[in-house]
Amino acid sequence: MHEPMHEAPHAAPTTFIGKYIFSFDHKVIGIQYLLTAILMAVVGGLLSLMIRLQLQHPEMQLLGPPEAYLAWVTMHGTIMVFFVVSLAISGFANFLIPLQLGARDMAYPMLNMLSYWTIVPSVLLMLASFFVPGGAAAAGWTMYPPLSAVPEAVPGSGLGTTFWLLGMALFIASFTMGGLNFLTTIVNCRTKGMTMWRMPIAVWGFFIATVLGLLAFPPLTAAALMLLFDRHGGTSFFVTEMVVNDQVLLPGAEGTPLLFQHLFWFLGHPEVYVLVLPCVLMTMEIIPVFTRRPMFGYRPSVWALFVIGFLSMIVWGHHMFVTGMNPYIGEYFSIATVIITAPFAILGVNLLASLWRAKIKPAVPMLFALAVISAVGFGGFGGLFLGTVVSDIYFHETYFVVGHFHLMIGTVTLLSLFGALYFWYPKMFGRRMSEKLGRIHFWFTAVPMITIFILMHMQGLGGMLRRTYDPGAYDYNAGANMMLRFPITAMAFILFLAQFVFFWNFFRSLKNGEEVGENPWDATTLEWTTPSPAGHGNWPGALPVVEHDPYEYDGDDFTPQGRVVETASEEGGNA
Amino acid sequence: MEPRSRPRIILGLVAFFGLITLFTVGLFMLPWRSEVASDEGGGIDAVITYLLVATGALVVLGHYVLIRFLWNGNGEKGYTRPTPKVEWMWGIIPVVIMMILSEAGVLVVGAPTWKKLYVDRAENPVQIEVVGKQFQWYVRYPGKDGVYGDYDFEEIDGADNPLGLLDDSDAAVDDIVTSKLRLPLGRPVQIRMRTHDVIHSFFVPDFRVKQDLIPGFPTEIRFTPTKLGEYELACSELCGLAHYRMKAPVLVMEPEAFDKWLAAQRGYFE
Repeated sequence: MHEPMHEAPHAAPTTFIGKYIFSFDHKVIGIQYLLTAILMAVVGGLLSLMIRLQLQHPEMQLLGPPEAYLAWVTMHGTIMVFFVVSLAISGFANFLIPLQLGARDMAYPMLNMLSYWTIVPSVLLMLASFFVPGGAAAAGWTMYPPLSAVPEAVPGSGLGTTFWLLGMALFIASFTMGGLNFLTTIVNCRTKGMTMWRMPIAVWGFFIATVLGLLAFPPLTAAALMLLFDRHGGTSFFVTEMVVNDQVLLPGAEGTPLLFQHLFWFLGHPEVYVLVLPCVLMTMEIIPVFTRRPMFGYRPSVWALFVIGFLSMIVWGHHMFVTGMNPYIGEYFSIATVIITAPFAILGVNLLASLWRAKIKPAVPMLFALAVISAVGFGGFGGLFLGTVVSDIYFHETYFVVGHFHLMIGTVTLLSLFGALYFWYPKMFGRRMSEKLGRIHFWFTAVPMITIFILMHMQGLGGMLRRTYDPGAYDYNAGANMMLRFPITAMAFILFLAQFVFFWNFFRSLKNGEEVGENPWDATTLEWTTPSPAGHGNWPGALPVVEHDPYEYDGDDFTPQGRVVETASEEGGNA
Repeated sequence: MEPRSRPRIILGLVAFFGLITLFTVGLFMLPWRSEVASDEGGGIDAVITYLLVATGALVVLGHYVLIRFLWNGNGEKGYTRPTPKVEWMWGIIPVVIMMILSEAGVLVVGAPTWKKLYVDRAENPVQIEVVGKQFQWYVRYPGKDGVYGDYDFEEIDGADNPLGLLDDSDAAVDDIVTSKLRLPLGRPVQIRMRTHDVIHSFFVPDFRVKQDLIPGFPTEIRFTPTKLGEYELACSELCGLAHYRMKAPVLVMEPEAFDKWLAAQRGYFE
């Protein structure tokens, strides 16, 4: 039986350092995560522009030799997956879970602080790896050995890869601390009346994603450590005897690189859902506020989440269809993979049906939410081409894969995160971001993002291979390459420039944004029953008590999910 | 339904969602792939076509609904709250549709081709070995005896013995090693694959087939070329600096010409 958290689990901070640097407050930690993610997004975004420049003019070698290019590709992937999207989700999870559930803070505030401050050295290791001899890791973000295990195979597999592996180990340690905290808080610290079935759906997203992450990350930790042993300890888990430049390396080694792929994708596939689910569900959270209608299909969606979560743990082999796996196992993985579209269709239909006969208020968060619906459509169906084992033979390692996963874990996630940021910004800082600048940002973000990655699907249809320094080396993909590379590169630059509108809006609104009260969007959930920004302990008086489902909208009328009980004696609790 | 009564931003969104859908459908119809040049490739193309049609229809339908709901989203039409029964019904309908549609691709359209590629054994396929190393392909035919000779990594020596074949292995004497993959038209070929160093991947886009080369673990693939011509063999798994230009020519020849060419080759140690 859970107990409402009537008292904040830590004292109010008194010093600047205690308040803003080594803070125990989940709201501050959430914002720290978000700012770190924004900073890393700039790095990851710049890397993607460098990749595009190289692909636009491969013959000019504008920005460096192939080893540099491979390092950019590897680090762009690593940074975007683990240090932008993951961190931003952690930021929102930190910020929202206690506020939406009616808790004073996270269950373990100090662990929460540690989880953020474990990310910092992890980020520094990743950034530092660009400046070590041989450069950053260059074996792709999937880090497949033997390429990643043997420095003779590629220059980045020297110190850069060691940094990468250590950084990743720290990242996983941080994720574990944060994840345990999320789970404990969700299960134990809900306020009175907040049953699991009344939780805002975004919290369900964080819940399922965290369970998946906690189950899936340990194998990657094992893989990273085993790879470190292979590289520095003389073991041969993943490496075999090989010949580089007529020299026999690792004589007698008889490991199997496929073991690493299994361990990696046992994490890697659920990780996709760890990224996508919370983002899609934050979008589902936002939509009812601007349609002024109850969410369509809350319960079917939550059950669909459980099914998606379960299925995501048993389909990792679809990343390895062409490795020579037993054809019967390949067929199994394919059958299990494509069935995920079924529960996902529930989420899709619910996103759409929530718009039925609505009274849509096209505020900026809603614009992003609508673009997410479109991107989920394009991205989700693209997955069928890769999950179906026969078509994947052709599409594996082509730009079809690049286009698909950028739509799902790039476009869907980032558009959702932007929407969420515009939506919860008032609660974070007590001011609104500019609606006008937000619209400009929306158009120059959503349009290029969705278009770029749809175009990459076409390049993949033409068989163009990913991770190539110069696709022009082949004649067969000349059409796909030459016809589409300019539109993609041009839109990538537009997309990047548009983010300056966002930065300007974000930082300027901290001081100059329109001040807002408790509930600027007329929303129902608990975080809107406390002042913006919320202070220490989240509610100045007693905790709110929940009496309704989370999305009771009826046009401009709405029934808040809970209310703050003014007299402490009435509910027997006080702060 | 006067367009003027809609906010400009809604018009913009409707236009964007409509255009991107038309644009995508139109682009997918362009001939991005070259004409298929293998029997199994035809089956792979059939799955791709099936998926393009099936998912294309759903993307169009989904965006049609999105646009329609957006267009009507001014709260003018009477709204009644869907009952849980309606919500579950609209949960089960898409589940059933997607289960049928997605599994049909795997089990009905796809399975015969998968079986042909990896399960069925053709009678007397042409035996060929492809060996990958950073950043080059070698092709080996077993020679008259039909047996690949033994090799040892210690014996690998640049241009003189790039595969490290053992000169005291009888089977190695008549092996034929080249750097161009020659295939006979219309005969099933069985390609065994090995790598000397890291993971590579064998990809001939015109055949639609792809197979990784895994260190310490020989892999194989079977297919039947059905079109004469010169094609490109690409490495499709990141293998290092020059990965992007690790390519080899592929030539599909008339069977008689192939036999003649094969008979004219000197063995590795001859």
